[in-house]
Amino acid sequence: MWRRWIKILYYTVVIGYAVLTLIPFLWSLYTSLKTTPDLDKMWVPVSHLTFENYQYIVTKFPFFTWFLNSVFIAVAVTLGNLLFNTLCGYALARIQFPGRKLLFYVVLGVMMVPGQVVMIPVYIMLAEWGWINTYWGFTIPFLTQSFGIFLMRQFFLSLPKELEEAATIDGLSRWGIFWRVALPLAKPALAAQTIFMFLGNWNSFMWPSLLASSEDMYTLPVGLNSFHWQYVAYWNVDLAGTMFMTIPMLIVFLIFQKWFIKGIATTGLK
Amino acid sequence: MRSRGDMITGYLFVMPVVVSLAVFLIGPIFYAFYISFHEFSFLAPDQAKWIGLDNYVKLFQDPRFLKALKNTSFYSLGVVPVQICIALMLALIVDSKIKGKTFFRVVYFLPTVTSTVAVSVMFMYLFKSDGIVNLFLSHLGLPTHDWFGSIKFALPATMMMAIWTTVGQFMVIYLAGLQDIPTDLYEAAEVDGASPWQKFRFVTWPMLRPTTFFVLIMSIIGTFQVFDQVYVISKGEGGPQDATLTVVFYLYRTAFKDFDMGYASAMAFVLFLIILVLTFIQKKFFKEETA
Repeated sequence: MWRRWIKILYYTVVIGYAVLTLIPFLWSLYTSLKTTPDLDKMWVPVSHLTFENYQYIVTKFPFFTWFLNSVFIAVAVTLGNLLFNTLCGYALARIQFPGRKLLFYVVLGVMMVPGQVVMIPVYIMLAEWGWINTYWGFTIPFLTQSFGIFLMRQFFLSLPKELEEAATIDGLSRWGIFWRVALPLAKPALAAQTIFMFLGNWNSFMWPSLLASSEDMYTLPVGLNSFHWQYVAYWNVDLAGTMFMTIPMLIVFLIFQKWFIKGIATTGLK
Repeated sequence: MRSRGDMITGYLFVMPVVVSLAVFLIGPIFYAFYISFHEFSFLAPDQAKWIGLDNYVKLFQDPRFLKALKNTSFYSLGVVPVQICIALMLALIVDSKIKGKTFFRVVYFLPTVTSTVAVSVMFMYLFKSDGIVNLFLSHLGLPTHDWFGSIKFALPATMMMAIWTTVGQFMVIYLAGLQDIPTDLYEAAEVDGASPWQKFRFVTWPMLRPTTFFVLIMSIIGTFQVFDQVYVISKGEGGPQDATLTVVFYLYRTAFKDFDMGYASAMAFVLFLIILVLTFIQKKFFKEETA
């Protein structure tokens, strides 16, 4: 008998929390489809809902440019990190060279330093180089990341060495071993890294809001923030902008959800 | 192995990282430390003046910084435990024999993939004076508030938002931790006649120790660095009346609105020190309990 009650309690909690998670999204989506005259009505029949707010923001505001900026920056930074962190992580795990230990400790050490410490000097430097409000400034400083390096090093260390040793006997060069033996085995770690980097960059706000000084260089989060304060009374338009930036990421997440969850679950715990 | 050639390959492999670390991290850390002892303005960098520890001393006499520190601590103290409790509770239930595991996991994770700016706009809509949260509260006969516009409730509303955003992420990490616990431990406990509570207390909870440590550290560091939400909900002001002023937010304003970069750098190092001390305390605490 009380097993049943426990079961009911369990379902109440998980379903209750799921509802709590979904309501903000669904209510915002619903509002974004309302016309301005209908905005104050709580319930509007489905036939009155339109996409005109979306059409409005895309045609009257540079939402599409912001979207492209976000995509370009997130893709460039993610690729850079995949390449450089992986190479470095591999070398730290497998190749003997003087200074290897030191480099590893430096990588570990800088993970502790909050980003705000370097924010000011990096900004000054980028300003001096004329990189503020340019794609250079948005991407080059962010192409490597100590957490990603650490992740890859740990992953390569967990692989058995024998495969690579066999490849050496077969006459493969170090580069060949990395490219043809180690990398194909590293797919799960690469997937986790891709997800972290892409998500982090897509949603990043502090740096882009510092670096973008003209509207055409905004990323979606920066654009949405400035748009919000212009349109604060027109929640339907405002939320159409919010959904415009949220839905693509949600779709990507739903397609790759297994990888996302695996990636989050496996990192940092080793 | 062909050690000399290998060594060169090794250097080539780490080269991009070494350059990037030196230029964008190590160099800037030293420079930040250097200017934290100066009166340094972005507008007149050549007029930087050595002032010793003045910036650091000034910090602890600056009522706005103290207010920011108080707000941040309050925020962290409120968010961290609640976040972890909800995440653990949901993970335990989802891990037990219920249907629709994948569904719940995916739904709970949705806020984590959503931009903080988007979440902030959605919450401002839900929590506005005539929004659905207030409508719901008034139906229940409870008092309503102008959440983000009120001195008393702006910070708590931001905290609720933070909890809502990160619970899913921590729940997924806990879930992975739970699945790593060998089932024979539970079987052995059952043979000894352990109750469900005893199984949790003496098997699950101790086995989850490394996960809890990791989640706790992430949560503390994350809450002490809160910025995005506060910036969006307060229109970049930290208001109403500094009610949502946090350390990173104040640092940002000091550096990039007032251009007082020496002072802001001192703030960054104090924040670094706070995070370091908190991490260290956690570590010690967790080590001692396992020993």
